[in-house]
Amino acid sequence: MAAAGKENVFAPWKDDAAVPLIRIDQVSKRFGDFTAIDKISLNIYPQEFFALLGPSGCGKTTLMRMLAGFEKPSGGVISIDGQDMVTVPPNKRAVNMMFQSYALFPHLSVWDNIAFGLRRDGLDKDRVAARVEEMLKLVQLGQFARRKPHQISGGQRQRVALARSLAKAPKLLLLDEPLGALDKKLRQETQFELMDIQEKTGTTFVIVTHDQEEAMTVASRVAVMDQGKLIQVETPQVIYEQPNSVYVADFIGDVNLIPGSVSELGGGAALAWAEGKPPLLGQPGASLAKGQNATFAIRPEKIAISAEEPQDRNNRVQGKILEIGYLGNLSTYHVELPEGPVIKCEVGNRSRVERRDFTWEDEVWLSWSDTAGLVLAR
Amino acid sequence: MRRLLVGVPFVWLLVLFLVPFGIVLKISLSDIALAIPPYTPTLDLTEGWAGIRDFFSRLDFENYVFLTSDDLYWKAYLSSLQIAVIATICTLLVGFPVAYGMARAPEEWRPALLMLVILPFWTSFLIRVYAWIGILSTEGFLNQFLLWTGIISEPLTILNTNTAVYIGIVYTYLPFMILPIYATLERMDASLLEAAEDLGCSRMQAFWLITVPLARPGVVAGCFLVFIPTLGEFVIPSLLGGSDTLMIGKVLWEEFFNNRDWPVASAVAIILLLILIVPIVLFQRNQQINKEAEQ
Ligand SMILES: Nc1ncnc2c1ncn2[C@@H]1O[C@H](COP(=O)(O)OP(=O)(O)OP(=O)(O)O)[C@@H](O)[C@H]1O
Ligand SMILES: [Mg+2]
Repeated sequence: MAAAGKENVFAPWKDDAAVPLIRIDQVSKRFGDFTAIDKISLNIYPQEFFALLGPSGCGKTTLMRMLAGFEKPSGGVISIDGQDMVTVPPNKRAVNMMFQSYALFPHLSVWDNIAFGLRRDGLDKDRVAARVEEMLKLVQLGQFARRKPHQISGGQRQRVALARSLAKAPKLLLLDEPLGALDKKLRQETQFELMDIQEKTGTTFVIVTHDQEEAMTVASRVAVMDQGKLIQVETPQVIYEQPNSVYVADFIGDVNLIPGSVSELGGGAALAWAEGKPPLLGQPGASLAKGQNATFAIRPEKIAISAEEPQDRNNRVQGKILEIGYLGNLSTYHVELPEGPVIKCEVGNRSRVERRDFTWEDEVWLSWSDTAGLVLAR
Repeated sequence: MRRLLVGVPFVWLLVLFLVPFGIVLKISLSDIALAIPPYTPTLDLTEGWAGIRDFFSRLDFENYVFLTSDDLYWKAYLSSLQIAVIATICTLLVGFPVAYGMARAPEEWRPALLMLVILPFWTSFLIRVYAWIGILSTEGFLNQFLLWTGIISEPLTILNTNTAVYIGIVYTYLPFMILPIYATLERMDASLLEAAEDLGCSRMQAFWLITVPLARPGVVAGCFLVFIPTLGEFVIPSLLGGSDTLMIGKVLWEEFFNNRDWPVASAVAIILLLILIVPIVLFQRNQQINKEAEQ
C-alpha cells in the first residue's frame, strides 16, 4: 500500500485504493427516544489500532456492541469485510470482544477459558491445545493455566481475557476499556504489550478508553466522540496539534482557551481578544470567517516565560504569576493577565536550578510563535 | 467477647440437639412397658450406684434387631428414599425455570416476584395441605374443572395416591428450591452469556455451558433443602397419600401414637437420623466449597 506520497508509513485511510475492514455507514442507535449514536460514518482499515475516546455516556460502548452484534443499529449499515452484518448474530461474526469486566467464566480454569471459543469451532483436541499454549505464552501466563479466575490477580485476569479473545484469531478485536481496572504502572506496561501483540498478530483492534493518554499511546487513529457523534477522527498527532474544534482541543491534553473575534484571515489568522491589545496570531481552523467569534487555543508547553519583554515574537502578553506547580520533570505557571484570562504554561526542568527564579506575584512575559496556536471557530 | 458471641448460641444449639437426641436414643434402647411413660427402665437415682448400674444393664439393641426382622421398616425407608428422590427431581424441574424466569425478569419486578414465592408461608402449612385435598379429591376443583372443559369424562383419582403426595411435596417445598437457585442466577453476570455468544456459542449452548454450571451450587443447595425434610415427611403422606403410600415418617407416627411403642418408634427415628446425616454432611460440604470459591 503506497500511502499518499510517503513510504513505509501506515496510513491506509489516506489511500483511496485501500479496502476498509469495517464500514460504518450512517449508523444510528436509539434507545426509546434517546439517541445514543447519531448517524456515524466511519471506515476502519485492516491492522489498524483504532481508539474511541470520549466522555462517559457518549456512546462508545454502544458502538462497540453494535460491531460485536449485541445491539442492532436503528438505522444505517455496518459491514465487516464487505459483508452486511444486519442479520449476523454475535456467534457468527469473525469479531471478538474483550469485555470491560473481563467476563471470564468463573467455573473454568484459565486454560479452559482460553480454549472455550476454539472448542465451539469444533477444532480437534491437539489443535486446541496447541493454540491455547501459544496464547498462554503470548500473554505469559503459562504457570497459571490450571488456576481458576478468582485465584489470579486483576492484571493476570485481564491478560486471560485478552488471550481468550485473541485465541480464535478474529479479524477484529474489540476492547472495551481493557485497562480500566489496572494501576498506572501496570497499565502502561500493558499498553505496550497490547501494541506488541497487535503488531505480532496483525489483528485489527478497536479500543475504547476514557484515558486520552492511553489513546494517544497505542492508537494509529483516534476518534473523539461526543453525544453520539464523531467530532474528529485523526492520528494522535493531528488530534493533538490540529484539533478541529475547541471540544477536541480541550478534551485531549491541556490547553489555554482565549475567546475573541477573528480580525484578519489570510495564511494565518488573527484574533482580537482584548481592547487595545495586538491580536493573537495563529493557524486558522476550519470554516473560519472574518469577524466571527472564535477561540484561540494554545498548549501550555508551547508558551515561553521570561522576565523581559521578548522582541522576536508577535504573540506576547504580560501578567502576574498566580500559582506555581513543581512536577519534577517540569514546572507549571498559572499567569493571570490583567485582561482576565489565566494562562497556564509549562517549562521543562532540565537543570535543577533553571527557571526557578520566578516566584508568586512576579510580573512576567509569556510568548509563543505565530504557528503554535490555533484559531478555532467552534 | 467474640468467643462468647459465637459460643452461647453454639452451646444452646448443641444442648437443644444433644439432650433430645440422648433421650430418644435412651428410649430406643429400652423395652416397651404398660406404664407411664410407656417404656422401661427409667432412671431411679434414689437407689444410688446400684440403680444406675441396673439401669444401664437393662438397655439393649433389641428394638434395632426387631426393625430388621420386619420388612415393613426397611421397605418404608426405601420407599421414603424413593419418594424423596423423585419429589426432589420434580421440584427441581418446576423450580429451575421459575427461578430462571425471575432472575431474568426486569429488575423492578424482582422484589414482587420474590414476595410471591414467599407468600404461601404466611398461611399455615397444614391449611395449605388441606386445601389440596379440596382440589384433588374426586369431587374437587381440579376434577370439576377438567370435567367441565370436557378433557375427561370420568373423574380422576388423584387424592390418596402417590401422585397426590408428589404434588403436595413439590408445592410445599418449591420455595426452598427456587430461592437458592434464584440467588445464584441473579448474581450471575449477564456479560458472561454475551462473552459465550461472542466466542461462538448459540444461546442454547451458552445456557448449558455457562448458566447451568454456574447455577449448580444453588441447584445442589435447593435439592438438599427439599430432600432432607422430605425424607422424614409425615403430614403430606398421611393427608394426601393412600394406604399404600409407605413413608417412614408415617410409620414413625403410627408406632408412637397407634401402637404406643415408643422404643421401636425411637429406634426408627434414630435410624432415620443416621440416614439423614449423609446428605446433611454433603450439604455442609457443598456450602463450604461455594464459600471458598467465592472467597
Ligand atoms: N440498553 C440501554 N437502554 C437505554 N439507554 C442506554 C442503553 N445502553 C446505553 N444507553 C445509553 O446510551 C448512552 C451511551 O451509552 P454507552 O454505554 O455507549 O456510553 P459509553 O460511552 O460507553 O460510556 P462509559 O464511558 O461511561 O462507558 C448512555 O447515555 C446510556 O445511558
Ligand atoms: Mg462504556
